[in-house]
Amino acid sequence: MELTGAKIFVECLKAEGVDTIFGYPGGAVLYLYDELEKAERDGDIRHILARHEQGAIHAAEGYAKSTDKPGVAIVTSGPGATNAVTGIADAYMDSVPLVVFTGQVPRHLIGNDAFQEVDIVGITRPCVKHNFLVMDVKDLAETIKKAFHIATTGRPGPVLIDIPKDITDDNAKCEFHYPESLDMRSYNPKVQTKESDIKQAVEMILASERPIIYTGGGVIMSGASNELKDFTQRLNFPITNTLMGLGAYPATDKQFVGMLGMHGTYEANMSMHYSDLIIAIGARFDDRVTGNIEKFCPDAKIIHVDIDPASISKNIKVDCSIVGDVKPVLLELGKELDRRGAKPDQQALANWWKRIATWQEKNCLAYNTNEKTIKAQYVMQKFWEISAGDSYVCSDVGQHQMWAAQYYKFDKPNRWINSGGLGTMGFGLPAAMGVQLANPGADVACVTGDGSIQMCIQELGTCKQYDLPINIISLNNGFLGMVRQWQEFFYQKNYAMSYNEALPDFVKLAEAYGHVGVRIDNPADVEGALKEALDDKKRLYFLDFITEAEENVYPMIPAGAGLNEMKLL
Amino acid sequence: MNSTTNKRHVISILMENEAGALSRVAGLFSARGYNIESLTVAPTEDASLSRMTLVTRGNDDIIEQILKQLNKLIDVVKVHDISEFDHIEREMMFIKISASNNEDCASIKRMSDIFKARIIDVKNKTFTIEISGDRSKLDAFVSAVSDYNIIEIVRSGCIGISRGSCALKAEEA
Repeated sequence: MELTGAKIFVECLKAEGVDTIFGYPGGAVLYLYDELEKAERDGDIRHILARHEQGAIHAAEGYAKSTDKPGVAIVTSGPGATNAVTGIADAYMDSVPLVVFTGQVPRHLIGNDAFQEVDIVGITRPCVKHNFLVMDVKDLAETIKKAFHIATTGRPGPVLIDIPKDITDDNAKCEFHYPESLDMRSYNPKVQTKESDIKQAVEMILASERPIIYTGGGVIMSGASNELKDFTQRLNFPITNTLMGLGAYPATDKQFVGMLGMHGTYEANMSMHYSDLIIAIGARFDDRVTGNIEKFCPDAKIIHVDIDPASISKNIKVDCSIVGDVKPVLLELGKELDRRGAKPDQQALANWWKRIATWQEKNCLAYNTNEKTIKAQYVMQKFWEISAGDSYVCSDVGQHQMWAAQYYKFDKPNRWINSGGLGTMGFGLPAAMGVQLANPGADVACVTGDGSIQMCIQELGTCKQYDLPINIISLNNGFLGMVRQWQEFFYQKNYAMSYNEALPDFVKLAEAYGHVGVRIDNPADVEGALKEALDDKKRLYFLDFITEAEENVYPMIPAGAGLNEMKLL
Repeated sequence: MNSTTNKRHVISILMENEAGALSRVAGLFSARGYNIESLTVAPTEDASLSRMTLVTRGNDDIIEQILKQLNKLIDVVKVHDISEFDHIEREMMFIKISASNNEDCASIKRMSDIFKARIIDVKNKTFTIEISGDRSKLDAFVSAVSDYNIIEIVRSGCIGISRGSCALKAEEA
């Protein structure tokens, strides 16, 4: 039977098992919405109406990061598409599998500066894994198949499909057939890990005296947490996670030395710096992790496991590269260790742990408290305790993000959802929506600040429409805190434009949207407020914590410094 | 080998002949700050594939990243740094020169013969000459005729192919 492009679009989504699509309608996607609405009525696909296209994309990211499925979104042409770009770039930097559909003006108008026309394929080319412009309805099904395939395999990422309006109207029809498999000669995400690399890595592991395992988001994407735990514990090596990798290894385990990098723990960074072997797994030696690369870990040999060959030896030259999916590679390394039946020098390892213990004694995450003002660190610590470490935590970007990463101890993967690579303020709330929709009944928090929350505040409307009982934990210090901190340290306290004047009354704002708002300015009330919000499984709570205004995030590696040159409180 | 020296590399790229494929390559180079000395592109014997020859400079680390990043592009089927192997390079040039007298005309003709260049158009003592060869030969010819009035130069950029039986081809599915 011949179907219209719009119908084919919906049938393809159904074939891919898409149950939720995030979006915002507009002129160029009206035929698609017409069919989507019918699919929703039939109970096949649920459409979530965001209040801004950026929110729709971040919500799709949250959905993808908390499930093993890609996020799917649809926006209209022109401004709908450009509004989505921030979210798409965010997904690209953090390797989030997304399929984004954009409407386009009818084919005969393309290139004519038509109303709401923009070359979104051109605009997004540098920030997508791939993108397509569909110029024939006959290509639509195969293009959608390719998009899902590309987005979810290899190193995941966002894929955009631009669909001109006249491909979806009643005149554009063709026989529908959804391809079962694909053969793309230019894209083969399957990688064959070299046995010789595995052997070399095990050789290096056995020869090490001061090893450390450094893992990133790749472990979480690979679903390799259990394998990582087995590997780490059989070796009894210290392990650190990147910001993107938190939760891949249980943070409460004794072998975990905390997050590394700019605001990582003293012990994690010192262990990296003085190590003689770094086993990097699914991490990419980002500049926020390495500090000054000239000073980076002078004595360390490096093993790097990554699915993306371009991530290996990009910033830091490595001694042994293993290209492959983390999970099978970890299993292979385990097998080779079994086969060799040997262990690294246990005396040296014991000495190494003793040395690490002296760094841990610094207690680098300690902070000063007083009875008058709420410390943001205290709020995060209490939230971790009261939520039993089992809440999803979606974060915005800034000081609160670092405090959440430092004080909420993630024991499970996929629980910590934040914008790491792009650092997108406004990410937190819409991401939390996607997480809550994918995980109904779960505790989902949005940790945010008075700056970030205002960047996608309109999504409070979406939360109301779909009854999402998110716990918004706003660490309100009246400043763009991270900007202010840098200005304090490096710009002679010239707080240029970092003071948030004319803040709204967030309690009233939450209430205006139909939610519960609570303002907390006394440290004694912190626990009670958190408990109340967590106990209420039906309503969204906006907890506006008035915190110490000029608190800084410690420890910190100043720009240009090495990992052993941390600034402590 | 000194990995910090900026060597010239000739990179052959086989890619899907799709709209936008060229801009994906050009965009990658500009976004990541890589240098492009020349770039040529045209369809191959298989009309669904384009072949690009790209000349760039960089140290070993940069070239390694360039090759990896090119391989990452979804439309790219194969990438080969042919300058690492025995290969042939050619570039074509049109050069338009005007002579002021008959003596100049004769010597332009003679110079063209020496360089095995072909005069393909003459009008009012203006010669249009076609010449192909490697880059240094074309540079030498330009310098040899630089005493005359050079009106215009068009160069194709380099194309390259490896010697012997090895070829850059899409594998049979």
